[in-house]
Amino acid sequence: MNLWQHFIESLESLTSNKLRSGLTILGVVIGVASVISMVAIGQGATASVTAQIQSIGSNLLYVSSSGGQAVSNPKPLTLLDVQALIDPTNAPDVQTAVGTLQSRATITASGTTASASVVATTADYAEVRSLTVQDGEFITATEVSGRSASVVLGSGVADTLFGTEAGLVGQTVRIQNQPYRIVGVLKSLGGGGLGSQDNQVIVPLTTAQSRLIRRGDSNRIDQILVQASSAGGVAAAQEEVTNILRARHGTRVGGDDFNILTQQDLLGTATSITGTLTLLLGGIGGISLVVGGIGIMNIMLVSVTERTREIGLRKALGAHKWDIRLQFLMESSVLSIFGGLIGVAVATGVSKVIANIAASSNTAITPVIGLDSVLLATLFSAAVGLFFGIYPANRASNLEPVEALRYE
Amino acid sequence: MSDDGCVIEAENLTKYFEMGEVEVQALRGVTFKIKRGEVVSIMGPSGSGKSTLMNILGCLDIPTSGEYLLDGENVSHLSDDELSDIRNRKVGFIFQSFNLLPRMSALQNVILPLRYAGANKLKDRAMTALEAVGLADRVHHRPNELSGGQQQRVAIARALITEPSIIMADEPTGNLDSKAGKEIIDLLLNLNRESGTTLIIVTHSSEIAGQTGRVLRMRDGLLEGGV
Repeated sequence: MNLWQHFIESLESLTSNKLRSGLTILGVVIGVASVISMVAIGQGATASVTAQIQSIGSNLLYVSSSGGQAVSNPKPLTLLDVQALIDPTNAPDVQTAVGTLQSRATITASGTTASASVVATTADYAEVRSLTVQDGEFITATEVSGRSASVVLGSGVADTLFGTEAGLVGQTVRIQNQPYRIVGVLKSLGGGGLGSQDNQVIVPLTTAQSRLIRRGDSNRIDQILVQASSAGGVAAAQEEVTNILRARHGTRVGGDDFNILTQQDLLGTATSITGTLTLLLGGIGGISLVVGGIGIMNIMLVSVTERTREIGLRKALGAHKWDIRLQFLMESSVLSIFGGLIGVAVATGVSKVIANIAASSNTAITPVIGLDSVLLATLFSAAVGLFFGIYPANRASNLEPVEALRYE
Repeated sequence: MSDDGCVIEAENLTKYFEMGEVEVQALRGVTFKIKRGEVVSIMGPSGSGKSTLMNILGCLDIPTSGEYLLDGENVSHLSDDELSDIRNRKVGFIFQSFNLLPRMSALQNVILPLRYAGANKLKDRAMTALEAVGLADRVHHRPNELSGGQQQRVAIARALITEPSIIMADEPTGNLDSKAGKEIIDLLLNLNRESGTTLIIVTHSSEIAGQTGRVLRMRDGLLEGGV
């Protein structure tokens, strides 16, 4: 008997008990659908996080103080360090560098209160972080040198305090009870993944140093943002920044009192986190696929028992062991492959629904159903059907024709 | 010991079963021959070893000892798959309970042995076989749409289709009323006369046994009256 004939017979046999076949398939459908949709969501999340990290700016290096007990006599980062980094001779791959002070503060305006992060910095910050203002203008160099009480509001803060993002320039907000004049409102960056991008306010560095965020040393800053001149220059810029800061801080090799994090590092961390997440979700889906496979095995065993006489008859008529084995393997594979195909369809639907839910809650995750995950899930489900069909099929093929024909 | 006129040569067949601790001797040395084209009935009370003998003659089982030649071929020591081939080519089975597959039409049921034979022109041959048993107008009916007598005719067509050396009929009228039963026996005897296929009928009915050329009576694992 050829494969095609076995296939046709398996269809006839399976359709003769539609409810049972349907329920058996359901296990595989759920398994395959969950594997594919989970992986799709995971990949969508990876893409979304990657896009958010890239939206922070391009070719950035984050320099911050570090150290602790391992480092003897650590020195803080200062504005002088920033000046030293903007040096075309010693650091040709550094395009620009800005220092920042960061803190959280309570901001009030006409009786409304908001908690936001305060970033104190200089005029170049907007360019480095790819920030744009939708209304007014960013902090200017004049305001920085004049220690002016100006503030640029993030769109989220503006919304919270005023319920609008337009026409706020010239109004006053109070940060830690000190009055600041609004000079601009930032465009929304969107994305809740990293939290507070829209929930920040920006003030001139000098103003913060003198009265808002006091650190021990008047020149001290929390972080230096360095922008490399090109994507290819990030590694070189990192090298140059390291050398300059080591020379300025007089640290020993291996005992740096600062830490440089590149955007690639961030991306790598995020990708590895979401990758683990995808694996975890896919694994949970995989478990349900195995459970579905066990369901197939269960039904196939019942089916073998029910059809003992049929097996005996087929053997009496000349079926070889292999014919019987193939018959049952074909049935279990057909079940699981159909389950796999329906599962792919269900996964597509589920991903669409989840994309819609994500979009409506402002986190743009676009689930990615790749051909690879579809193929993998379908092949895997076929393999599950084969694997869990082997035992029942062997049991069927090893029945003695005399015994099987006598079976009631 | 091959004999040209004989389709079945059984030499001192024995069959023992292990039933727990006890060994049951179902056949205790049976020797006989059946000529080509003969109609033979096998009778005997239950427990006489008649089913065991039938299983061995039908190549569903092999003897514990002794030699069995079917159509000149020694089949006493074959493997399961080799026995399957022998059954497919040389034995046609007719069962008391018809044993048709309920999902398949009469035609598909008749074709089934040919599929395992890997033969071609399946439909033409099945049609011819169904015409021979008088069911040309029922080929696309399923078993549950046919009467008992009609179902047994389908089974006969299925037994005939591979042009076997012997047809083994195990109580072929056991599930039929007397009228249908008589028709089935007449049909089998007719087919034997026309095609010369050897026919072995296992039966309780002495009426049926009386219509066969020869009766083998089993008792306690032995043939009554020797040969």
